Amino acid sequence: MSRIVSVFVPCLMDAPHPETARSVVTVLRRIGVSVNIPKEQSCCGQPAYNNGYRREAARVARRFLKTFASARAIVCPSGSCVHMIRHEYPVLFANDAQWLRLAEEIGKRTFELTEFLVDVLQVTDVGACYPAKATYHDSCHLARGLGIRSQPRELLSNVRGLQWVEMKDSDRCCGFGGAFSIKYPEISTALCDDKIENIRNTGADTVIGCDMGCLMHIAARLATTGSPIHVRHIADILAHTGNAP
Amino acid sequence: MTTPSPEHYPQQAKQALSDPILKKALKGLQDRLGSGALAAYRNLPEGEGLRHLAHEIRKAHVRNIDVLLATLGRNIRSHGGNVFFARDAAAATDYVLNLARERGVRGVVKGKSMTSEEIGINAALEKDGISVTETDLGEFIIQLAGEHPSHIIAPAIHKTREDIGRLFEKTIGIPYTDDPPALTLAARKYLRTRFLEADMGITGCNLACAQTGQIALVSNEGNIRLSTTLPRIHVAIMGMERICATLDEQLLLLRLLCRGASAQKMGGYVSFIAGPRKDGFRDGPEEFHLIVLDNDRSRILADPVFREVLCCIRCGGCLNVCPVYARIGGHTYGYAYSGPIGAVITPLLTGIERSKHLYCGETLCGACKDICPVGIDLPRMLLALRNIHAEGSRRWNIRPNHLLESLAYGIWAQLMTRPKLYNAAIRLGHELSPLIQRLHLPGWTPQRAIPSLAKRRFTQSPMSQTSTGENRHGS
Repeated sequence: MSRIVSVFVPCLMDAPHPETARSVVTVLRRIGVSVNIPKEQSCCGQPAYNNGYRREAARVARRFLKTFASARAIVCPSGSCVHMIRHEYPVLFANDAQWLRLAEEIGKRTFELTEFLVDVLQVTDVGACYPAKATYHDSCHLARGLGIRSQPRELLSNVRGLQWVEMKDSDRCCGFGGAFSIKYPEISTALCDDKIENIRNTGADTVIGCDMGCLMHIAARLATTGSPIHVRHIADILAHTGNAP
Repeated sequence: MTTPSPEHYPQQAKQALSDPILKKALKGLQDRLGSGALAAYRNLPEGEGLRHLAHEIRKAHVRNIDVLLATLGRNIRSHGGNVFFARDAAAATDYVLNLARERGVRGVVKGKSMTSEEIGINAALEKDGISVTETDLGEFIIQLAGEHPSHIIAPAIHKTREDIGRLFEKTIGIPYTDDPPALTLAARKYLRTRFLEADMGITGCNLACAQTGQIALVSNEGNIRLSTTLPRIHVAIMGMERICATLDEQLLLLRLLCRGASAQKMGGYVSFIAGPRKDGFRDGPEEFHLIVLDNDRSRILADPVFREVLCCIRCGGCLNVCPVYARIGGHTYGYAYSGPIGAVITPLLTGIERSKHLYCGETLCGACKDICPVGIDLPRMLLALRNIHAEGSRRWNIRPNHLLESLAYGIWAQLMTRPKLYNAAIRLGHELSPLIQRLHLPGWTPQRAIPSLAKRRFTQSPMSQTSTGENRHGS
């Protein structure tokens, strides 16, 4: 498999969390992967698609496809975006043969970060060290949509210093759901509180996930309750090699 | 209590969210049944893959629905039963009302049926002076309370035993008790008289079989067996999609139905009913009527995207895993069908615009797809409904009329396809961050803190542009 990859940085990571995007690059480079980050990238189109605005979604999706058309492998640190590209682009371009073909080809070459590390490169230890007591949140599109459950766990189990606790219903939705969280804030927050209760019950000081959307939501809710629990993207854990987080 | 409706989903949701009893009850239900169903699938002798087979079988049933229904009708009639194809709810209720009038029916006992809830048969009969008694324990409780079911198979899940104790004290006149066996016994005693007095039994139909010309009914209380055998007339109402081709397929689907619904290998009672009592037999009704209800299902059938939802066998499994349902309960959905399946079929049956909150108010987490015994892709249909809501549909006669929202997504698409503009917007957002953090962003705050933006997107930073790594391990 190609050791040169193009990284697609999710829009929810690119501007709010550039340091996490940097972690993705750090991890890939540490294991000898050459990284290319196309400057022309923006978003996969999911925000519009999930709300029914398919014309707008298709415009943005076409830009994504053009940007990554020549990439041999695309790595994206988000189950949600990869699910969009792999499983929703074929729906979006169902009546557009030309773009459909490109979308399907690119869908096959696009991998979620932990999937790429474990399934493609067969790397389960990236030499990380992160002393913390942590639990893992399975994001919906990653776990159910792409079936990626064991890969992040394998990677985390090889992080030195990381004490591991599973939470109850780890694959239950955090209530983010994109625009849902704004249209139905009360329901969204109630779901998030259920998630936070399960996190708290583990006694973990850190919750780890693979999708910035969920993590941002959980962190934003935790912040209003003054909780000391840290919320981290898996890339930030895997990139860490020092002693103190 | 005002009758819930899909339009008032947000308000109804808020009300339900503030109900700690509902929360506890639904959590218990989901912990028990949701994971139980998934385990029950894993324990199938044929393996979980049986659900893929069931999906294909159901798709074939839907594809051949016209032929299958014609065969079913012919076979039921050959067994001495009557079959009526009802175009809509009014036609179905009229048929039952006329029958009840002609036969001098005064008392009706009912088995649990969501289709009868859909057409509102109880109110129609009662208006005619006919007494109607729900005989499923949960439905009985709901009827006494003057409410609607809040779950497809556990209609009274939102009530505590204390609620029920007070209700029974007030309505059927027993001394207050909150002891479940005592309450069940009281209901049983009360219902037994109704069974013996009733002239007509009305039930739903879990799955009908074209090949053999019978309907199958599943229950755990035995009430359906009494409703279908004691009164002199039995009327069964089925949604037209609840049809199977062969007996083997019907049995396979019944096994999956019970697993999906209640993690059981099979319900306590399964009745197969092909027609009225035959000459020389002692049990069974004198007349059997099967009403096959369309009520806009043909419209769903004609739509290639939504046709798949007709594969549903109404096990209610998706309610047992949906995180949204778990917090807002069935009444919030405002119609007979709640949870993820309700979020898809209620808009299709009652109006896509009218019920917009149902499909917008779900998170697309996919748990419903995961548990469905016949593999229906409900999230895909929620997305398709949102697409109709946003962009309109000639087939469903809906025009796009959400100017502001479509404008917003138009601007967003401009930003996402024009890097300079996008970068400038991020920069502006960064500069204004301290101000924005203090703002009230309707929909996001005060429940959640506002995340801040970096000065520059990572992908635009010089660091991101060094294209090769250290290659420590070579390549």
